[in-house]
Amino acid sequence: MRKGLSSFNLVSAALGLAFLYLPIAILVIYSFNASRLVTVWGGWSLAWYRELLADGAMLESAWVSVRVALVSATAATILGTLAAVALARGGRFRGRLLFTGLLYAPLVMPEVITGLALLLLFVAIGLDRGFWTITIAHTSVTLCFVAVVVESRLLTFDRSLEEAAMDLGAPPLRSFLLVILPLIWPAIAAGFLLAFTLSLDDLVIASFTTGPGATTLPIRIYSEVRLGVKPEINAICTLMIVLVALGVIAAAVLNRGRASRRAEAVDLTAKL
Amino acid sequence: MRRVFPPACSILPTLRRFLAGLSFDNYAALGSDRLYLAAYLKSLEVAAFSTLMLLALGYPFAYAMARAPRRLQAMLVMLVVLPFWTSFLIRVYAWINILQRDGLFNQMLLALGIVEEPVGWLSTNTAVYIGIVYSYFPFMVLPLYAALEKIEVSLHEAAADLGAPPWKAFWRITVPLSRPGIVAGSLLCFIPIVGEFVIPDLLGGSATLMIGQTLWTEFFANRDWPIASAVAVVLLCLLIVPILIYQHRQAREIEQGG
Repeated sequence: MRKGLSSFNLVSAALGLAFLYLPIAILVIYSFNASRLVTVWGGWSLAWYRELLADGAMLESAWVSVRVALVSATAATILGTLAAVALARGGRFRGRLLFTGLLYAPLVMPEVITGLALLLLFVAIGLDRGFWTITIAHTSVTLCFVAVVVESRLLTFDRSLEEAAMDLGAPPLRSFLLVILPLIWPAIAAGFLLAFTLSLDDLVIASFTTGPGATTLPIRIYSEVRLGVKPEINAICTLMIVLVALGVIAAAVLNRGRASRRAEAVDLTAKL
Repeated sequence: MRRVFPPACSILPTLRRFLAGLSFDNYAALGSDRLYLAAYLKSLEVAAFSTLMLLALGYPFAYAMARAPRRLQAMLVMLVVLPFWTSFLIRVYAWINILQRDGLFNQMLLALGIVEEPVGWLSTNTAVYIGIVYSYFPFMVLPLYAALEKIEVSLHEAAADLGAPPWKAFWRITVPLSRPGIVAGSLLCFIPIVGEFVIPDLLGGSATLMIGQTLWTEFFANRDWPIASAVAVVLLCLLIVPILIYQHRQAREIEQGG
């Protein structure tokens, strides 16, 4: 693509970015509004954050969400990485196309379908709904995202490193742990962070699979939002935006610097 | 682990009893009530129109991203990815803030003298379209950018050398070569929008009853699980072809080296 921006390009880039960020900026600014009326500016204040800290139910939900996200992202990272290794290194095994298809389906599947299907599964096998059913549901959905991130990393790195390790007599497990894992860990970490944020954000799947005593933050926010705009909701949304932004930036930084990893890889093979 | 299998003679009657308990009544109910048909059609209509709008808005933006200098490109990708991972719920809530009766949008229109009194934007089709286009914008832009960014500079130079005016080069070279991005972006938006729940529920009114909301109501308000499941199965049947096309393309893409 030819480089250099025409004025038309500049205008469309500026408008696009304004469209993406203005609504979020307004939400964040109004979370610091002193006035109770969401639309009248009454000066800067941290009142709604203080109110938030005093809201036990909201904090309880936030804690449930964080625990669900931590456990499900950890499980999804392990399972997703294994699936990615099978796809990238398994060669042309039977049912490979079906396996790839099954892995990609949840990426575009409408959430209402996934949520209802998972719930019916839990009911059929007689699991009590609550913390663990949400966690299992989130694991099953987010592991696809992890697998996609890890698989594309596995397909781009130099395979001869792994072959060298095998030639030097490292058994498969050892070459996986000492050569492949250190090479793909940025993708694994990025996958974990993405799984974590997806779980933290999910409303629909959590609503279907939740049970008594396991109200996640999005479910709580949704029930408040239906009643109208409240400055306190602006405050909790702002905190979630900051958390997600930090996670995404960390993931991007981790997934960078492939060139310097090459030297590191040569180093690692020497250790075997 | 030891497993004990029941003898075949006891499986068959169980299976027969199970099959006898099945019926198509729920599907018949779906067909007999116009409400469901209307909701399916509305969902397809909203998804088709918003995908077209996303394409019209996303293409110039993705084009500008692809033409930006290298350093700036990484930054722009980051800026598009960030809202992509921010909760749908939060982004829709941001628009409730703006579109409510005494919200910023009405204040702006009043100040500019475009309207005489505040307009009720919430619970309208317009609000649903704004919410959908806003939420799915990154899903459209990223695949378009990925396709546009791969196009070789020399192709445009060759076109210019052969005397093609810029618009012709754009129409005959850029657009056809970005087709994979157009298809991927459109599918990535169209499929989930058909089943969308949060946006029409919070921003729309009774005029925008989409199938995702119908399923939600059947399940949570009416507690009619069989009907909700039938609604989901029919929705899946509607979407199975676009989903298969999407999967096939993605699988091929990643095999070719991500």
